[in-house]
This record gives sequence, C-alpha cells and structure tokens, in this order.
Amino acid sequence: MVVNKFHLSKVMIHLIFIISALACIVPLLLVVSISFTSEKSLMVDGYHLIPEVFDFSSYRYVFSGAGSITNAYGVTIFVTAVGTLLHLFVTSMLSYSLTRPEVTFRNALTLFVYFPVLFNGGLVPSYILITRYLHLKNTIWVLIVVYLVSAINVLIMKNFFKSISNSLFESARIDGSGEIRTFFSIALPLSKPSLATIGLFTAISYWNDWMTTALYIETPKLYTLQYLLQSLMNNIGYLQANAAASKSIEAAIGMLPSEGARMATCVLAIGPIILLYPFLQKYFEKGLTIGAVKE
Amino acid sequence: MKLIAKPIYNRTLRSARNQFPFYLMMSPGLLFIAVMCYIPMGGVLIAFKDYKARDGIWGSAWMDPLFKNFEFFFKSETAKIVTFNTLFYNIVEMVTVTLGALVLAILLSEVKNKFLSATYKGSILLPVFLSWIVVQYIVFGMLSVDRGIVNNIITSNGGEAIHWYSDPSYWRYILPFAYLWKNIGYYSVLYVAAIAGISTDYYEAAQLDGASKWQQVKYVTLPLLKPIIIVLCLLWVGKLFNGGLGDWNGFYTLSNDSGALYGATDVIDTLVFRSLKKLNDYGMSSAIGLYQAVVGFVLVLISNYIIKKTDPDSALF
Repeated sequence: MVVNKFHLSKVMIHLIFIISALACIVPLLLVVSISFTSEKSLMVDGYHLIPEVFDFSSYRYVFSGAGSITNAYGVTIFVTAVGTLLHLFVTSMLSYSLTRPEVTFRNALTLFVYFPVLFNGGLVPSYILITRYLHLKNTIWVLIVVYLVSAINVLIMKNFFKSISNSLFESARIDGSGEIRTFFSIALPLSKPSLATIGLFTAISYWNDWMTTALYIETPKLYTLQYLLQSLMNNIGYLQANAAASKSIEAAIGMLPSEGARMATCVLAIGPIILLYPFLQKYFEKGLTIGAVKE
Repeated sequence: MKLIAKPIYNRTLRSARNQFPFYLMMSPGLLFIAVMCYIPMGGVLIAFKDYKARDGIWGSAWMDPLFKNFEFFFKSETAKIVTFNTLFYNIVEMVTVTLGALVLAILLSEVKNKFLSATYKGSILLPVFLSWIVVQYIVFGMLSVDRGIVNNIITSNGGEAIHWYSDPSYWRYILPFAYLWKNIGYYSVLYVAAIAGISTDYYEAAQLDGASKWQQVKYVTLPLLKPIIIVLCLLWVGKLFNGGLGDWNGFYTLSNDSGALYGATDVIDTLVFRSLKKLNDYGMSSAIGLYQAVVGFVLVLISNYIIKKTDPDSALF
C-alpha cells in the first residue's frame, strides 16, 4: 500500500513537469511550424502545430527581402557584442574599486551608484537629455549607452570581489605591481565566472531590447531585430487595409511581411538564443545563486 | 606646529596618490551614472512646465497653475484605470508567480534523476530568455481571430470564433497568465537554489521523527525559505510602480497596443510611453512619470522598513 502510494506521487511529479515543460516549449514550436508552412496553406487551413504543407519559401522570402533582416542582424550583433564588452569593462572596474579599502569615499560613492535604483527622473527627462542635449538620436550608440551600467550588476560583482582575499592584492603591491595592473592581471582573471554570468544577463537584455529603438531610432538602417519584428507585427493590419501605405512601408522596411515571413523572422531572432541555450542555462543558474547569496 | 602638520600633509598626499588609480578606474562608470541618472532627476521640473522643445527646459514657461499637468491627469478616468491596473496585475503576478514557483521548486528538488531534473529546469527556463516581442508572436499565433490555433479548435468543434483582440475582458486573464509563463522558470530555479542550500540534517531529523514528505515541506522547507520569500515579495511590492520588475513591455506588446483593450491592458508605464512616443505630450507624461517615481520611492522605503523589522540582514540599506 505504502509502496503504491509512493510510486503514484512520483508519477504525479513527473507528469506535472512534463506538462509544464510542454507548456513552455510547444507555443514556441507553433511559431516555428507557421514559419515552415506555405502561405497558401496558412490562408486555407490557418495555423497548426504541424505544418499542413511543408515549405521553405518564407525563409527564402525573408533573406531576399532587400537585406533588411541581414542588416538588422548586423546592428543587433554589433550592439550586443560591443555593449556587453563595454558593460563588463565599466562595471568590473567600478565595482572592484568600490570594494578597495584604500578608497576613502567608497561608501558615499556606493550610495551614489545605488540611489538611482530607488528614485529616477523617469522616461521623459532622459528622452529629452538623449535627444536634445547629447544628440544621440538616430545613432547606434544610443542602443549601447542605455544599458552601460546597471546597479544590480555592480552589486553582484562587488559581492564577488569582496570574497577575494585582500592578501592577494597586497602581495601584488609588494611585488611592485601598480593598482591598475593588479586589477587586470589578478582581479579580472579570477572573476571569470561572474563576468560570464553578468555578460549573459547583459547580452540577453541587449538582444531582446526593442524599446530603445522604438524611442530613439527612426532610420530603418539602424533597426534592431526585435524592433523590426515589432513593426512587422504592427503594420500587418494597416497593410491589409491600405494598399498605398503598404508600398511606402515596403520601401521603408524592405519587404512586405507575409504571415509566414514574419514568423520566419521571429524564428531567426530566437535562433542564437536557442543555439546558445545549454551555455545560457548553466551560467544563468550560477548567476541566480550568486544573487541569492546577498538576497 | 610645523613638525605635526608636515606628516599629515604628506600622508594625505600619499593616500591621494595611492587612490588615484582607483578613481581613474571608477571614472567611466561614475560619469555615466552622473549623466544618465542624476541629470534627468532635475528634469522632473518638466512636470511643472509648459515644455516647448524650442525653448528648452529652462526657457519654457511655468505651468499656470503649477500643477496643471497633474490636474489634467488626475481628473481623467485614465488615472484611475492605469493605477488600478498597475496594482491589480502586480499583486496577481506576485502571488501566482511566487506560489507557482514554490510548488515547482519543491517538486523539482524531489526529482533525483540529474538528467531529468536538468531537462525540466531547462524547459521551464526557456521563456525567461525570450523577448516580449517573441511572446507577442506566440500569443498572436494562438489567438489570431481568423487563423489562430485556439479559434481553429473552437470552430472545428462547431463553436463561434472569439475576437480576442477587441474584447478587453479576456486580457484580465491572458496577461497574468503570460507573465506567469514567462517568469515562473526564473523564480523556480531561484527557489531550487535556496532549497539546495538547506542542510540535509533537518530532513534527516524530521524523518527520524516520522515526518511525512508533506510534513517535511510544511515544517522544514517553507519555514526556512520564509526570509527569502518575504524579501522577494517585498522587492516586488517596491517595484510595483515600475511595472513589476521594471518589466512592463508585455502589457504594451501582447495586446498589439490595441486601443480597444486599454481598459484592461494599460498600466502607468505604457501610458507614459504612449503619451511620449505617440502624442508627444511631454508635460503630462513627465507628470505621470513623476507620480510613478514618487509612489515607487515611498513603496521601496516602506518595504525596506518592513524587511528591516523582519530580517535585518536582508535589508537593502
């Protein structure tokens, strides 16, 4: 009796997880399936989890679409790579220095870093600052600048640097190493795991960001993948209603978004995340544990 | 006098010279924060001004009366709707995500098979990495009126197709469900890490006393997780007026920013974004933004006060 009950609860647990796992994966498969269905079949049969008529024309269409998707890919990859590197560079230097006991004003400066988390001026003042005073509107740099420093990541890195024994840095100093060299040749190599975690968090937020483009970018040349996707989605209803408008949007975006082509663009935007997924998952879990130590 | 003063002067100079490299390393980050975070704080003045791009912030005239931007907002029906929606969705999300994640985490730590455990974790974490735009596509694939998979199933069973994108009442359920779907993996894995940190001694002692699995959860796991649950919930409360984890994009994208759905989908952040981007109404959107920032700040202070009372080590400051 007891044995039976025990088995039943085990089966239940696995059943719950199989259902939740499917609930998380299947919706994504729907998008993939639509992207592989022929346009005619979509019109007649609607969306299905398994393509009724299998075909690659959506992808051919997307890649022939006057280079808009390849261009968006280029912009997104550049922003993600450069942004993440700069973020790691600035964040690690800042958080390392904030943990050094030699720095007299480190507590005040730490407060200076954290306070904006609690209170900020909101969207409008930043918008005016960036567009009217820094003149970053319609430049690729605005996409990088907005996520350059994050107080949360400074917090995570600071906790990490605190855990490194101070004697290591002391002995480097005695051996005649300058502070900056100590940072680059001792502190940075030691912090690889937390750099990897923070780098992944940051890369994901750069990759998935659409709002910055929506706010500051008007030239189609600088559209990121996510924004391209969003404008494809928003334009479709408008397009169907207005043939003249579709011409101008075609000129702006470079292709007329058919349903399958939109879903194909979406799949291409998720592609890199899926490819890097095992790596992502590993460091993500590690990062959560780093954060949990403080929280 | 001189004898005493000199070493102090030297020490200050030496310490300044020793510190210089650190300040050099901090300067890019501090400069960035000063420019991007502190300068806009002064910009809250715009909420009290009749902002004209041509005149700049200082040149623009003060509003007459001073609180006109706020008055306009608070007298409108919109103020009530967005404030209610912001509170409603965040509380619903906080409760559903916390409960769901706790259940999954406790069950997940019962799965002893390493491969299965990693596979389950991997699957429920997947939505965490997707952007809200991708989720928008998924929702559209399911709910599109003429082709969506849900309507396909309904009509093939002889039902009437549902117009999801024109009836706000469905979105009271769709939005919390989407947020649960997207966030549950993150919190589950977080709680699994916390459960893994609990010493096995407690469970062994409980088993010796004849505690069942359920009793172990109730008397060991949950009480030991209580501090972290409280902290995460209170952090959430503090972020209420930042749209919940600062993540309001879903409200904007999932509904395709459809005007017919605003009654159920509009939150403070989407309103600010829309009035800036589409209406170019600087005065009102910064007034709403300031309202949000002030309420958010007060909520953070209150949360922190409560955290300090219950668990001083977890306090933020």
